[in-house]
Amino acid sequence: MKSLANIWRNLPLKAKIGVGLFGFFVLAAIIGPEVQPYDPSLQTPLTMAAPSAQHWFGTTQEGQDILSQVLTGIRLTLELALAVGVIVTVVSVLVGVTSAFLGGIWDDVLSLITNVFLVLPPLPLLIVLLGYLSQQGQTPTIIVLSLLGWPWGARVIRAQTLAIRGRDFIDASRETGEKSWRIILFELIPNEISLIAASFVNTVLYAIGASVALAFVGLTNVNSWSLGTILFWAQTDSALQSAAWWWFVPAGLAVALIGTSLVLLNSGLDELGSPRLRATRGTAKVAGHKIWPTDPTPVLAQLQSSRGRLGSFLYSFSRRSMLEGNAAGGDL
Amino acid sequence: MTYLLRRLAFYLVAAWVAITLNFFIPRAVPGNPAEIILSKYPDLTPQAYKALEQMIGGVVGTGSLWSQYLHYWNNVFHFNFGVDLANFPTPVSQILDQSIPWTLILVGTATVIAFLLGTGLGILAGWRHGGWLDRSLPVWMFFQAAPYFFIALVLVDFFAIEHHWLPVGQGFNGEVTSPGWTWAFISNALEHSLLPAFTIVLTSVAGWMLQMRNVMITTISEDYVIAAQAKGLSKSRTVFTYAARNALLPQLQGFGLALGFVVSGALIMEIVFSYPGIGFQLLEAVQNKDFPLMQAIFLVITFAVLVANLVVDLIIVFFDPRARSREAA
Amino acid sequence: MAPILEIDDLSVAYRSDGGDVHAVERVSLTLNAGEVVGLCGESGSGKSTLAYGATRLLRPPALITGGSVRYRGRRITQGGDPADILTMNNRELARIRWREVAIVFQSAMNALNPVLRVQDQILDAITAHLKLPKHEAREKAATLLDLVGIPRDRLRAYPHELSGGMRQRVMIAMALASDPEVVIMDEPTTALDVVVQRDILAQIVELKETLGFAVLFITHDLSLLLELADRIAVMYAGRLLETGTASAIMRAPAHPYTQGLLHSFPSLHGPRRELVGIPGTPPDLRDTLSGCPFIPRCSHTVPACSEVDMSLAPPNGAGDGPDRPGLITVGNHLTACPIVTPEEVSQEGVLS
Repeated sequence: MKSLANIWRNLPLKAKIGVGLFGFFVLAAIIGPEVQPYDPSLQTPLTMAAPSAQHWFGTTQEGQDILSQVLTGIRLTLELALAVGVIVTVVSVLVGVTSAFLGGIWDDVLSLITNVFLVLPPLPLLIVLLGYLSQQGQTPTIIVLSLLGWPWGARVIRAQTLAIRGRDFIDASRETGEKSWRIILFELIPNEISLIAASFVNTVLYAIGASVALAFVGLTNVNSWSLGTILFWAQTDSALQSAAWWWFVPAGLAVALIGTSLVLLNSGLDELGSPRLRATRGTAKVAGHKIWPTDPTPVLAQLQSSRGRLGSFLYSFSRRSMLEGNAAGGDL
Repeated sequence: MTYLLRRLAFYLVAAWVAITLNFFIPRAVPGNPAEIILSKYPDLTPQAYKALEQMIGGVVGTGSLWSQYLHYWNNVFHFNFGVDLANFPTPVSQILDQSIPWTLILVGTATVIAFLLGTGLGILAGWRHGGWLDRSLPVWMFFQAAPYFFIALVLVDFFAIEHHWLPVGQGFNGEVTSPGWTWAFISNALEHSLLPAFTIVLTSVAGWMLQMRNVMITTISEDYVIAAQAKGLSKSRTVFTYAARNALLPQLQGFGLALGFVVSGALIMEIVFSYPGIGFQLLEAVQNKDFPLMQAIFLVITFAVLVANLVVDLIIVFFDPRARSREAA
Repeated sequence: MAPILEIDDLSVAYRSDGGDVHAVERVSLTLNAGEVVGLCGESGSGKSTLAYGATRLLRPPALITGGSVRYRGRRITQGGDPADILTMNNRELARIRWREVAIVFQSAMNALNPVLRVQDQILDAITAHLKLPKHEAREKAATLLDLVGIPRDRLRAYPHELSGGMRQRVMIAMALASDPEVVIMDEPTTALDVVVQRDILAQIVELKETLGFAVLFITHDLSLLLELADRIAVMYAGRLLETGTASAIMRAPAHPYTQGLLHSFPSLHGPRRELVGIPGTPPDLRDTLSGCPFIPRCSHTVPACSEVDMSLAPPNGAGDGPDRPGLITVGNHLTACPIVTPEEVSQEGVLS
């Protein structure tokens, strides 16, 4: 628990915003469909209506309540994305670690497969695959997205595992007879947690983007209300031409915000994992002055003297100056 | 040279995988694809039905699996992608000929602009780590995270529908001009490509910027950059020739890796704008269950990405002296 | 004659949220023209921080918290007052950097730009400070390579195409590009094998004789300095423990730490003796220690050790001042260790 609190404290502000935002959507996914005012598929005579008290997000051309659709959509989209995230992360960790750990011919073969799937553009392949599969629920989409999503993580994890593996301590463990799986589980993987976490977040991001894009194009089940499907119907029923902005804005905004929250979260994880990205952040201000990483090393006396009397006076109340041993007013 | 040859071999393997996948997918999914296709044409005479069945050589065929495979390879090499179903009996390759140039020009140019712009901004943001450009990143991230087409929809709504500043979609206005090397046509086409291009750039700049910024930050703390400062070199020389030149290498590699996604996103863009490129055609093919066209487009896009990757590899070798001598020792 | 580089009471800290790390604490060191001063200490002792801090090349979160670094090169001061590097603005710093004070970095592989040819990197150093026409600059670059014994055809090579020893020579050649007065060498031979090491060191001595620059030679290897340096300064935990001429230090090391260092490697001559290391580890630099930082590892401590003022300074008179308890100055051999009596510190009146 303590380390979690530590992690939270060390996260940069933008990552905290990301976590909060994402948490909001998870909450919406959980309770949203329970509290939605209407059945999303329920057609009413109130067609193409702008937002009102009865329908907070307005209605579609069939008179369906958009708010309810969006709430259901958030849950479905998140379910799908998280499922893909879990599957892909598991597979990519398996492939990446095995490939790096075993080395030799296994590494060559697995790397080749990984790289081939990396270089092939995913969307056309996805479209062809889904075009042939029948549209039943979200499962085909999950399978197809997982099939094409694992190479990214696998490649990154393999690189990291190779670096960590560094002949010596692994060979030493082997010498002492420690079983391979134990080495992998207890020594390798704990060192890669932040990388795996980042990979997971990236995969979820990719799954959301890809599934929404596919739904928008009409390839997934057009009768289940994922966020992409809402946009599909908006496009099909010419919401744009009718200037019915309320139809596509909420769903699109939801996708954008979920995505943004994940990107923010990821950049925070990036900074956690890479000290150099972090180091210059917290200390970019010295004695009230902004110091660029590429400036000459600052000299305290110079910084203090250029602050001016009022600045020095105000600064002397700051926590920093207390640490430097200057009590309030002592400088004047 | 060896490095490039290895890369070329790799891309050939990838191409082989793509072609083979393309061959197997229709045969691997449940249901008889021939029936799916033919069910779209319920009122064919039995002879036409038979002829059609024979024409769908690229989808199903007679003979053993292996001979079908070879036959398929033969077709691919002759750019014979079969016959288009929606516009029967136009050959698929003819349909592709019309749409590929549009995509190349729009997507190609916009992607390169986005990459150059993003990389340039990333250099500045990384050098001034913590500055205002750096702090504006979350805004850019929003544009990156939002689905391409959503941003596109919003922009179209604003620029084309609410204010009629730019056309709503399509490649050109068919009522006003027709394709040809005339200024009227070109200017019209340019006008129609502004919004799509702008959208592509807006949504992808953030990715390049963020990536370059991160690489710059780590590159700046390299010893040779400190050495450049110790040498008293001018700031521009330090930033560009010492820091950015080196940071460019991982950035280019990232570009190569991301090409597949970049192309995918741009295709969606075409759909939103009804831009007459391959992406738009892919959508129509899917909606019409026009399998020969669908699979042909898949191959074309894949090959294009592989070629682009090879080009990026060439550029990397040009910029990185170490890559030139890699594998030579 | 006044020293060309005078580091006076310099303190450098690394700011962090967990408190400041005092990497260099009130160190004073002088460098005379044409002299070789060796700065010796283990990893983490602050020797590199001292050198890079004095030239203001340290990156955040480093901060110079006190002291001055006065430079008296004729080009800058024109016989007038010395210039303090710590108060210079960017423009003045650019004039000092490389032209007056050049640096040979520790790892040549890392300090050379991987994508530029050797020639271009040397030319950069030349053209940044000397206004020479293109062909003259190129000829100068070629001459520099001649100086360090590298064939001219290596000018068009990239760093990764050179051997380790060659890269280090290129670094040295580059450092001399604009005729500096002071060359700071940060462990230039640590990453090289012994044979190459000797070659490079011999080269450095030869160049110094010919061109007349002063050298601040940083290393963890005291044995190197005994042969190479005129004077030696021993650094530990951010503080100087002892300074003196090389022969004085070698013959009669005053501080127990120096004695420990000298006993840590065998000599080729003389009777065989037991090799003794120095048990223990250096202190955490976040704590501000009073007195001698070596106390936890020293086997000769007395109560006075924790009160001694660690700032050594050139003697401006004989004996201790009231504000410098424990400082023992004998000729140029300085240490702040209270257990050493002046009689035990050898007299060495002449600079070698």
